[in-house]
Amino acid sequence: MKGKVWKFGDDVDTDIIIPGRYLVLRDEKELAACVMEGCDPEFSKKVKKGDIIVAGKNFGCGSSREHAPIAIKGAGISAVVAESFARIFYRNSINIGLPLIEVKEISKHIYEGDIADINIDEGILKDLNTNEEFEIKPLPDFMLGIMEEGGLINYLKNHLEEIKDE
Amino acid sequence: MAMTMAEKILAKASGNKESEAGEIIMANIDVAMTHDLTGPLSVESFEKIGLKEVWDPEKIVIIFDHQVPADSIDAANNHMIMRKFVKEQGIDNFYDVREGVCHQVLPEKGHVVPGEVVVGTDSHTCTHGALGAFATGIGSTDMAMVFATGKLWFKVPETIKFEITGKLQENVFAKDVVLDIIGKIGADGATYKACEFGGETTRNMSISDRMVLCNMAIEMGGKTGLVEPDQKAINYLKGRSTKPYEIMKTDSDAKSLETMYVDVNELEPQIACPHNVDNVKPVSEVEGTHLDQVFLGSCTNGRLSDLRTAAKIMKGKEVSKDIRMLVIPASREVYTKAMEEGLLRTFIDSGALVCNPCCGPCLGGHIGLVGPGEVSLSTSNRNFKGRQGSPDAEVYLSSAAVAAASAITGKITDPR
Repeated sequence: MKGKVWKFGDDVDTDIIIPGRYLVLRDEKELAACVMEGCDPEFSKKVKKGDIIVAGKNFGCGSSREHAPIAIKGAGISAVVAESFARIFYRNSINIGLPLIEVKEISKHIYEGDIADINIDEGILKDLNTNEEFEIKPLPDFMLGIMEEGGLINYLKNHLEEIKDE
Repeated sequence: MAMTMAEKILAKASGNKESEAGEIIMANIDVAMTHDLTGPLSVESFEKIGLKEVWDPEKIVIIFDHQVPADSIDAANNHMIMRKFVKEQGIDNFYDVREGVCHQVLPEKGHVVPGEVVVGTDSHTCTHGALGAFATGIGSTDMAMVFATGKLWFKVPETIKFEITGKLQENVFAKDVVLDIIGKIGADGATYKACEFGGETTRNMSISDRMVLCNMAIEMGGKTGLVEPDQKAINYLKGRSTKPYEIMKTDSDAKSLETMYVDVNELEPQIACPHNVDNVKPVSEVEGTHLDQVFLGSCTNGRLSDLRTAAKIMKGKEVSKDIRMLVIPASREVYTKAMEEGLLRTFIDSGALVCNPCCGPCLGGHIGLVGPGEVSLSTSNRNFKGRQGSPDAEVYLSSAAVAAASAITGKITDPR
């Protein structure tokens, strides 16, 4: 994954990602049109397919609304990189196949507009503007399995009987 | 092996004798709750799996509370999707627009008992730990997995136990205690951990107050809130639930247990200031802040005890002409009792608006939104930018007592 970086701060909450008044919506594209409206109403117009969000700690804190990762994915964002993620957002994103990348202190070392190149297999994020490389914290195997099968729905389709028997 | 309450409940739910923090387990789910706002996505995801029937309709509870009555055609459509699902799947535990906020209705109707695993597509599902259940918020796709299999995977959490001691001053409440804790440890201070509340102060609290503590566990990143069930919990369950249950308690020598001591003797009312729940200040530092709206309600502080506290402060007084106040009882039961006790009359006489039980302005998606530049004081749980309407509005969070005293003066006021 290679894309232009959009920077956000610490504690980006789910109301910033998708405000409560839009939760009546379910369509990916409709939700994407309001993504990050809580802090930048123009964001959905500026963001391009393949772009990458880079943020500080506790990204996605707050609500269990799956509308938040759906809106980000629907806007074409290829991955969210942060120093840490809130728990429910983390699960929801993996479940719908939105890659989340955890990198220590990343927000101090990367700038808006830089091009980030993410290699999940090698566990490396590279800033192509500065050539600096950063180590990615690996996903637990179980979650990697869900990610690799394209999200939880596909995973369930493939493993339904095993899970029921477990 | 010495275990925490969270470890014991998850061990039992996964059919194991033991479980240890960090381990990934597949748990059998006892209660799966969804509501009108996140329910339609859960149904959509369930349908994508391609199954016709849910695993067990008796363990599913569906409650309409976020947009009741429907305030838009989109909301009405969402309600229709859920009513259809309820009918198709033969779900008896269905509470349409009349019943109130899910986190109040679920325990009131006896769906929550100690030792069970409760999941809900709402982050404040952690509230139910007040009765000793392992209760946590999940997303819609996770709920689809539960609908399909009755199971969900969890990483067994470590436990942070708040040992709360001391006597609360008059007009200082559980909300002030938990805001103080969140202010100290931060919005991510308990990420992925079970937040257990103990100590003599917790033991002296009512179930309603314990629900306030557990409700706010998510605001420090917690996976669940928990209180060890005692006689008060058992009394609460009487007449509400016929389900058998098992009481589990944390062993003091459990390996994954970390303890934080909290003394509340000197605690004054606490306020979470814009725009983060961990931006907490004592009321004395923000007293006099001008307000446009006061909201008394929500799954945090819309219970009978909150309404009693507020009515006591407001009786015979008038809400400031410069502001509006919304009072929203958390459930039909609370609403009825508040009516019988004359509390609603006090609110109406004082000029407050009393609305039907629902989430109200808490999440800025239904009634009572605030406009650009306006300031709201709310007894709910979140004050994120744009949470109650305009991103250019400000939201402060407080106890019911601070809300009531402030509604009279039109500015943030110490109720003591």
